[in-house]
Order: sequence, then structure tokens, then C-alpha cells
Amino acid sequence: MKVLVPVKRVIDYNVKVRVKADGSGVDLANVKMSMNPFDEIAVEEAIRLKEEGVASEVVAVSIGVKQAQETLRTALAMGADRAILIVAADDVHTDIEPLAVAKLLAAVVKEEEPGLVLAGKQAIDNDMNATGQMLSALLGWSQATFASEVTIEGDHALVTREVDGGLQTIKAKMPCIVTVDLRLNEPRYASLPNIMKAKKKPLDEKTPDDYGVDVSPRLSIVKTAEPPTRKAGVKVGSVDELITKLKDEAGVI
Amino acid sequence: MNFEVTEEQKAIREGVAAVAKQFDDHYWGRKEAEESFPFEFHRAMAEGGWLGITMPEEYGGAGLGVTEASIMMNEVARHGGGSAAISTIHINLFGPHPIVVFGNSDQKSEWIPRLVSGKDQVCFGVTEPDAGLDTTRIKTFARKVDGGYIINGRKLWTSTAQVATKILILARTTPIEECRKPTDGMTIFYTDLDRSKIEVRKIPKMGRAAVDSNATFIDEYFVPDAHRIGEEGKGFSYLLHSLNPERILVAAEAIGMGHDALGRAARYATERVVFGRQIGQNQGIQHPLAESWIELEAADAITMKAAWLYDAGMSCGAEANAAKFLAARAAFTACERAVLTHGGLGYSKEYQVERLMREVMVFRIAPVTEQLILSFVAEKVLGQKKSY
Ligand SMILES: Cc1cc2nc3c(=O)[nH]c(=O)nc-3n(C[C@H](O)[C@H](O)[C@H](O)COP(=O)(O)OP(=O)(O)OC[C@H]3O[C@@H](n4cnc5c(N)ncnc54)[C@H](O)[C@@H]3O)c2cc1C
Ligand SMILES: Cc1cc2nc3c(=O)[nH]c(=O)nc-3n(C[C@H](O)[C@H](O)[C@H](O)COP(=O)(O)OP(=O)(O)OC[C@H]3O[C@@H](n4cnc5c(N)ncnc54)[C@H](O)[C@@H]3O)c2cc1C
Repeated sequence: MKVLVPVKRVIDYNVKVRVKADGSGVDLANVKMSMNPFDEIAVEEAIRLKEEGVASEVVAVSIGVKQAQETLRTALAMGADRAILIVAADDVHTDIEPLAVAKLLAAVVKEEEPGLVLAGKQAIDNDMNATGQMLSALLGWSQATFASEVTIEGDHALVTREVDGGLQTIKAKMPCIVTVDLRLNEPRYASLPNIMKAKKKPLDEKTPDDYGVDVSPRLSIVKTAEPPTRKAGVKVGSVDELITKLKDEAGVI
Repeated sequence: MNFEVTEEQKAIREGVAAVAKQFDDHYWGRKEAEESFPFEFHRAMAEGGWLGITMPEEYGGAGLGVTEASIMMNEVARHGGGSAAISTIHINLFGPHPIVVFGNSDQKSEWIPRLVSGKDQVCFGVTEPDAGLDTTRIKTFARKVDGGYIINGRKLWTSTAQVATKILILARTTPIEECRKPTDGMTIFYTDLDRSKIEVRKIPKMGRAAVDSNATFIDEYFVPDAHRIGEEGKGFSYLLHSLNPERILVAAEAIGMGHDALGRAARYATERVVFGRQIGQNQGIQHPLAESWIELEAADAITMKAAWLYDAGMSCGAEANAAKFLAARAAFTACERAVLTHGGLGYSKEYQVERLMREVMVFRIAPVTEQLILSFVAEKVLGQKKSY
């Protein structure tokens, strides 16, 4: 079984983001970019499936700017077998919308015929949480979202999902789309020998035109705002004062 | 001219950072207090394949250059481990260079894979008490006997000799009086470090307590012919091959440490409020830190230039020395400023910067001192009469 893993290049989770002066988005010039952390977890899961003999090949695919090649090399250095880069934008600030990404992925799926698509539950930059679900709809495949455990049993995937207030285990018919959550696994680091091997693994470069998909935006960003800065705390002198403040000022009791 | 960092170099930095970040301040503070070798860190780096970065691919290495090794060591130095983290692996990167270049294929296939996997650790026995920087005056002597050599002598500062399984020894095989040139008549051996026969005495020192440096006493130690590297009498010229790469690596390491200290200072300066404002808002605090950033970046530029020259097969002696000189000073000053920025807390162990300051001093002394670098540049670049 082939496993397809879409990976997105996003602003590194350690970077303190700054909103651009015109409010059109976040400043991405000269900031550290990395693989979306949820996608790292998906890559890790795919590699584990291969190591267990369940998967035969792991193919990573990224859609975005040319620099996403780096992100794909990271996936290859972790252990993916080959990669497909669909160059869909020139400007690092262009975010390809979930529907366009899902359409491109659907086209890749038709070409590659994987038995499983393992995707991150969402990208940490736009937090859309939509691509996996849209892909499932476009392909008519079953989907299991927010996975914290994945087992493949014959023509079914047994997936434990992190839902509000607990865990739910579902059985999904293969082929299927699984979107992964934080607690599924801990991704490995690329070792030096694997970084060297990754250089020699195949990386195909494509364009949306190759798949006949229109990636022009359907949404426009009206405004981007920083979260309000947290105000300094106050020290209270006694329990009574605390209770008074909670009652009168915070209004929580 | 191109300063762009390649995809692979970025991946190297990230890969190394991922390993280094698993060892926090607490780990390094404990290692120093216990004076215990950072075996866990050594193992993690070996498991990631990092010890083979400059080793030939046919012996399990990655076959990369000094540029990549410098990037790796710079990153190793950035995460609180200071010169302890560096010295845990440093000698294994450049030390075996004479074997790689001048060893025979039996020696290479037997020894190098064991260094790459971390099964063997090598220490470097060059410096001697009575010779100092004038290496041609070493007294350690290897006397030819049937099937090998008998070595006698004393080495000083042999780092990691408490834990190393192998030692690289520079010894005279012809007395200096009988040589045409003082640099002739020395030979390199790579042999087992048998601590039941070679006495290794730890030197109490200013910093880096986790990684030992030693006085090493070699007394009637037999070394087989098969452990001699290359030809007898050519050892010094072999050693020269590894000097420039080592200086470049040391520069990159010092810069990494400087950035670690500077980062801590900058963070503290935005957190600490005195006289009703962040201390970093005062130019008395922010300017010295900015100056350190400038100095470290300048040192980094010449370090990477020296690395590039070396990897391109060009001469890089002046640049490698200049890099080591600038980097050690910039890092030293950065650590000093980091301590001062922390006020009284800079003097406490909790904030780590006092440890970094003690550890960073060594880069100004070893592997070559500032005076000798200046003498070299004055002579070789500026055409002055040799002063040493
Ligand atoms: C922590 C540590 C670890 C080390 N690890 C190792 C190791 O693993 N293996 C190893 O072989 N060595 C090691 N060394 C040794 C190191 O390389 C030497 O200390 C260094 O080369 C200086 O030599 P020296 O100590 O003999 O100084 P000396 O040669 O005694 O010099 C003393 C001072 O005089 C100055 N001086 C000497 N001659 C002149 C001159 N002509 N003009 C101007 N000034 C001069 C020097 O610059 C220096 O300031 C280590 C040293 C330290 C501190
Ligand atoms: C070993 C040791 C022993 C000590 N013993 C005693 C003792 O016995 N009793 C006692 O009371 N205290 C003692 N101290 C405390 C010592 O006096 C203080 O550490 C010192 O006064 C600095 O104060 P601080 O640590 O709070 O630094 P901070 O006030 O936090 O200052 C941090 C840094 O910011 C700088 N800074 C602050 N404001 C400005 C500004 N407006 N412009 C420019 N720079 C600024 C400072 O110069 C310093 O570099 C001791 C300290 C040490 C290290």
C-alpha cells in the first residue's frame, strides 16, 4: 500500500509572528519556515507504517512556493521515499486555499493511487482545518479526523479520534483520509546519513496546470490583527481583597 | 560571491539543533558539578550520524567539508552545553584527519567506522610541558624496535584521555639535532590508550569540568608498526593538514557560544525591570549587546570564508587564524557582557552565564594563542621578520 502525505511549509512555531503594516497578513520575509508540525506527525506515522511492513512506499507532496522543496527534503530525510512539489505561487505570502489544495491533492491521488492519505489536522498558519475533509469529499473516500491512534487492519483503518471530552474509536473503510492530531506520535529527527540520502531521492516538480486546477483565490483577507496584549497582573493583599475583586471587577463569582 | 546557505546546510543545522535541545541547562549544570563526561550527549550525536560528518563516505561518514562541520559545531555550541558539549565530540571531527589523508586502507577501514559510530573516542597528544607552542621541541620519543616502537614521554592537556579508547601521539623518531630541519623527524601514531600502562592524571581547571584534560605519562609503551600513520619522520607535516580546519572549527564553536550567551543576555534585558523600566531600554545595556552581535557576525563572516577557502582547496592559513582570533575574542566579550547584564544574578550558577564565561576563555588559549596568531599574520601576511 502506498501512503500519500501532504506537507505544508509554514512559519516556524517558535517564531514570534508580526502582522504586516497593511494588515494583509503576517510578515513572512526572512523568517524561519518549517514543516507544519501536524504534517511532521503524519510523515512519522507513514514511515512507521512502512517500517511495520504495512505501507510499501511513502510519497510526500507539497503545494506552495518553490522553497517548499526544503520542506519536502525534510520529509525525505525523515524517511519518505519520494516527493512531489507543485509550485503554485511565487510570493511567499501567497497562501493557497484549502479547496485548491484539496483539488490538487485529489488529482495527485488519482495519479498515484495511494491506499491511504495521512494529513495534518490543520496548518498552524491559517488554522483552516479543512483540506483533509474537502479531499475526502472530492474523492468520495471515508475520512477519520483528529487521529491519536491509527491501526490498519486489512481493508479497514481503526482510528482513535480526539473529540471533545474524550476519545472515540472508529472503523473506516479503506482507502481513506486520516488527519492526525498532536498526540499520535513523536516525530523523529533527521539524522545526518538520512539527510545525505534525501539529497538523492527523487523530487518531481509540477504546476497546477499539469493537473488542470485553478488555484486563484476565492477568499480575500479583510483584516489581520494581533491578539490583544496581556495586561500586567496585580498583587492582592488578602483573601478578602481577592474575593472582592473577583466579584466586583472580574465579575466571575 | 555567494553567502546563501544551502538546503543541506539548513537541514544540518536543524538536525543538530534537534539533538542538542534534548540536553538542557540542567543537564550541563549537573555534568559540570559532578565532573562527569557527557556520555549521553556523545551517544546521541553518534546515533544521529553526526560524528562522521567529515569522514569519507566509504567508511560510513558523510564526506562533507569543514563548512558543514563548522555549521554543525556552531549549532552544538548554541544550546547551553558550552565548551563541554563541544569538547565531547570536537577531537573526533578533526583529530583523525591525518589518518584520513595519510593512513593506509587497512587502517582506515579498521579505525574510521569505529570513530563514526562512537565506539572509539580519540584524544590528541601533541602539547608537552617542556615544548609549549614550539612543537618541534617535543621530548616524547619513539624508539624503533622489532615490529614497532617503544614510546617514552609526557603530554600535557590531553583532553578526554580519561574516557578515550584511542590516542593520537606525536613523537620524535629522530633527535632534533640529527634533523635537517626542526620540523623533520617526528612521527604520528594512532594507538590504543591503555590506561593500565599509560598514566592519565586529570588537571583541575577553570571551566569545562565535565570534560577532562590531563597530564599523560607514557613510559616504555609498545606501539606496533601498524599503528604508525604514513611515513616515519613526516608526522609534523601531516599534522599541519589538520591545523587550519581545527582553527576554523574552534572559531565556529566560539561564535556559537557567544550567541548563546548573547541570547540569554538579550532575553534577560527585556525581562528585568529596574528603575521602572526594562534594563535593556538603557543604552548602557543595549549598546554593548548590539556590539557583541556585530562582533560575532563579523567573526562568523571570516570563519565561513576560511571554511570556504579550505573546502575549495585554496590556502586559508591567514583567514583560519584570523577567524579563530576574532571569534574567541568576540565570544569572550559576549560572555562577559552577558554576566554583567544579569547584574548579581550573572554571578550565580542558576543563570548559566558564569559557566559560559569560564568555559569560553579556553578559545583564546587553545589550540593556539593570540600572540602566536599575531606573530603568524605579521610574518606571513605582512612580511615581517619571524619573531618566534
Ligand atoms: C582546556 C585545554 C584543553 C587542551 N586540550 C589539548 C589536547 O587535547 N591536546 C593537546 O595536544 N593540547 C591541548 N591543549 C593545549 C593547548 O593547545 C596549549 O595550551 C596551547 O597550544 C598553548 O601552549 P602552552 O600552554 O604550552 O603555552 P606556552 O607555549 O607555554 O605559552 C605561554 C604564553 O607565552 C606566549 N608565547 C610563547 N612564545 C611566544 C612568542 N614567541 N611570542 C609571544 N608570545 C609567546 C604564548 O602565546 C602564551 O601566552 C589544551 C589546552 C587547554 C587549556
Ligand atoms: C557574590 C555577591 C555577593 C553579594 N552580597 C551582597 C550582600 O551581602 N548584601 C546585599 O545587600 N547585596 C549583595 N549582593 C548584591 C549586589 O549588590 C547586587 O547584585 C548589585 O547591586 C546589582 O544589583 P542587581 O543584581 O539587582 O542588578 P540589577 O539592578 O538587576 O541590574 C542588572 C543590570 O542592569 C543594569 N542597569 C540597571 N539599571 C540601569 C540603568 N538605569 N542604566 C544602565 N544600566 C542599568 C545594571 O548595571 C546591571 O548591569 C551581592 C552580589 C553578589 C554577586
